[in-house]
Amino acid sequence: MSKINSELFNTLMADKRISRRDFLRTSLATGVSLSVATSMWSGSVAAATPQRGGHFVQAMGGSSATSSLDPVTYTNVFDANLGYVFAQRLFGNDPVTSDYTYELATAIDSPDGGITWVIKLRKDVTFHNGKTMTPADVVYSLNRHRGEDSKSGAAGSLTAIQEVKPSGPNEVTIILDMANADLPFILTDYHLLIQPEGDTDGGIGTGGYMLTEYRPGEVGMLKYDTNYWGEDCWFDSVECLSINDATARTTALITGKAHLIDRVDPKTTNLLKKNPEVVIENTTGRGHYVLPMHANTAPFDNNDLRLALKYAIDRQELVDKILQGYGSVGNDFPINNAYPHFSKLEQREYDLDKARYHYKKSGHSGKILLQVSNAAFSNAEDAAVLYQQHAKRAGIEIDVKREPTDGYWDNVWNKQPFCASYWSGRPTQDQMYSVAYKSDAAWNDTRFFNDRFDALLLSARSELDATKRTESYRDMAMIVRDEGGVICPMFNDFIDARAKNLSGYIRDPLAGVSNGLAPYRCWFAA
Amino acid sequence: MIAQRIALGFVTLGVVSVLIFVGTEILPGDVATAILGQSATPETVANIRRDLGLNEPATLRYLKWFAAFAQGDMGTSLSNGQDIAESIVRRLKNTLFLASVAAIVAIPLALILGMIAVRFKDSWIDKVISMGTLAAISLPEFFIGYLFILFFGINLGWFDPIVNVNDRMGLMERLNAVVLPVMTLTLVVLAHMMRMTRAAILNVMSASYIETAELKGLKRSIIIFHHAFPNAISPIINVVVLNMAYLIVGVVVVEVIYVYPGMGQYMVDHVSKRDVPVVQACGLIFAATYIFFNLFADIVSVVSNPRLRHPR
Repeated sequence: MSKINSELFNTLMADKRISRRDFLRTSLATGVSLSVATSMWSGSVAAATPQRGGHFVQAMGGSSATSSLDPVTYTNVFDANLGYVFAQRLFGNDPVTSDYTYELATAIDSPDGGITWVIKLRKDVTFHNGKTMTPADVVYSLNRHRGEDSKSGAAGSLTAIQEVKPSGPNEVTIILDMANADLPFILTDYHLLIQPEGDTDGGIGTGGYMLTEYRPGEVGMLKYDTNYWGEDCWFDSVECLSINDATARTTALITGKAHLIDRVDPKTTNLLKKNPEVVIENTTGRGHYVLPMHANTAPFDNNDLRLALKYAIDRQELVDKILQGYGSVGNDFPINNAYPHFSKLEQREYDLDKARYHYKKSGHSGKILLQVSNAAFSNAEDAAVLYQQHAKRAGIEIDVKREPTDGYWDNVWNKQPFCASYWSGRPTQDQMYSVAYKSDAAWNDTRFFNDRFDALLLSARSELDATKRTESYRDMAMIVRDEGGVICPMFNDFIDARAKNLSGYIRDPLAGVSNGLAPYRCWFAA
Repeated sequence: MIAQRIALGFVTLGVVSVLIFVGTEILPGDVATAILGQSATPETVANIRRDLGLNEPATLRYLKWFAAFAQGDMGTSLSNGQDIAESIVRRLKNTLFLASVAAIVAIPLALILGMIAVRFKDSWIDKVISMGTLAAISLPEFFIGYLFILFFGINLGWFDPIVNVNDRMGLMERLNAVVLPVMTLTLVVLAHMMRMTRAAILNVMSASYIETAELKGLKRSIIIFHHAFPNAISPIINVVVLNMAYLIVGVVVVEVIYVYPGMGQYMVDHVSKRDVPVVQACGLIFAATYIFFNLFADIVSVVSNPRLRHPR
């Protein structure tokens, strides 16, 4: 590593302005090998050895008094994050490499190229009720989320699974309807926690902390389980506190009632930054805000009109004003560099000439109705008005209609031809495209039917060669960008804030509060 | 008379329950789509509807709910299967605790301030009291709440800005915890009661028996407290109970900013999930609160006024 790099590194480290992930990425780009980069990281920041002890409080929004502990019912981040503290999945996600990691599984292999998958389970794992985990528990847990009778939010992504069966003392076998190289990633869904067989209430898992108290919409209290199989738990006890008001969350952090909070309001982030006891952690994630058009519904069935609308939006201004800079511009396809197999395409700019050209070619005249609500994403209504002004300069008239927040997902999204929405992203490109862009996707909110796209998606799914996969995904991205119905102006950062003495926080591109895993990744510095 | 009023109260509750049910039915979507939100598939929605019996006609569902409720069974929440009675009792206790403490502080304070304002009518004291309470009521409660959090919670650090009380807390611990929300609520309800006290007492101050008392040489403060106040109590008590009812049913904003686990947030969460049995239970408790306090106000008015006790 050159001297300049090393100085840059030291400055960044001193400021702690760089995450482990960012650091590794930068280092790799400058030609340092992964092992050297990793050891450099561990040599400085991570030098502080983790130590046990303390009561850790993470305050998060999004919870509701209607929540329950049963993974089948999980719908919000709070539920998911509480689930991660007391229970575990077969596979997790690596925040740096974006690859899958092993939680309750120890190995996975497909003897027939991706249809049959044999999963070895971790031995001697006990649930908090004292029972030892068996393949029957795993089969039971996965089957709760799939099949005709399932009420689970994960049911939509498990339709490919034909059968889950025990196949040995510490082994289960999963059979798919077609080859899919991404099965381990599918099994990282936050609903798929392993529960003891027969448990329908939830709350019993194999995690490092056992649940001692739970009040929906208020709090989950947990204490360290001395029988835990892993060695990555540092706190004596953990409290997941539900605070839905962003200001109250900030108050909790500044007054020391919480050590980690999520969803800091971008508008106040720069003020909060000035507090010496607080560290802002903003992570480039996979979540993005979209304006989906129904590509089969007039007037949006005309690709020139769609292109005109795509060229008529000033993405950078939206990032600056709606996200206060805490995000990055989108490129009209739902994938960014946080995904494996990403290839960068030429950035679509705000281009009035091209917008006018395509608008004229489309032959459309009159106002175009855009239905929005702040339910879609925060300040979506402001974003729509800004967009209205951008498009006006290209001679395109957009009529912005505010819809009630309540019932927005029932009445507007996926029903009306042009509205606002968000996606939180998926572990793999295949999953993202499969849930929302494949012709028969459950949530095809752009009514996008493209045979070539579907064929590429299916061939990439069973493709084990990484280069070929990347090529397929590049082609798919181009199809969605140039022919699809989605305007994707921006990817939003997750903005967390933590107490200064909370060490070990890793910026995880999958979700905020270190993907809910802070109770395992963090500890209190002395 | 009281028996008749109570019977009428039950009829009112019945009507309210129909209104709540119809209102929740009119809202777009149902519990299945509300729970699943963006991750709903037609199959999962159908499964939830089937298991919760949502495919039955609305009238049948209402009658079934009513039959169970009449026998004292509030049922279980549609969204998370919890026993409604159990979870409501805990939240209701919290709400009643906060409302009672706020009432114990606010009501005497309002009456005393009202009487002081009368005693020093048109002087600077009267003006300060009137302006101060009016200013307080004119500010939205979340604003007052945030100001208190900033000054007393963060800058001075005297009181806890996050009031997530739990069952393990003792009385003193609880009282200490709710200081900021109680202060906020007190400011919100103070002006209304104080001004009514002032106006009602001033109204009787022009009566001839007050003049007699003055001519007797009684001190003005004694006249106000012993002679004017008892005769002005009827309009005052009406405003007082209205504010007490408000303290129980209308404090969701204060609950949210102080993270206080009360009934308001509980009900709002369940309305947004279209969880009809819980909304019904909360709605009926709130309606019953109003009915009870109105009845209470009328009884106090009658008891305090001999002319109403012995109607001609």
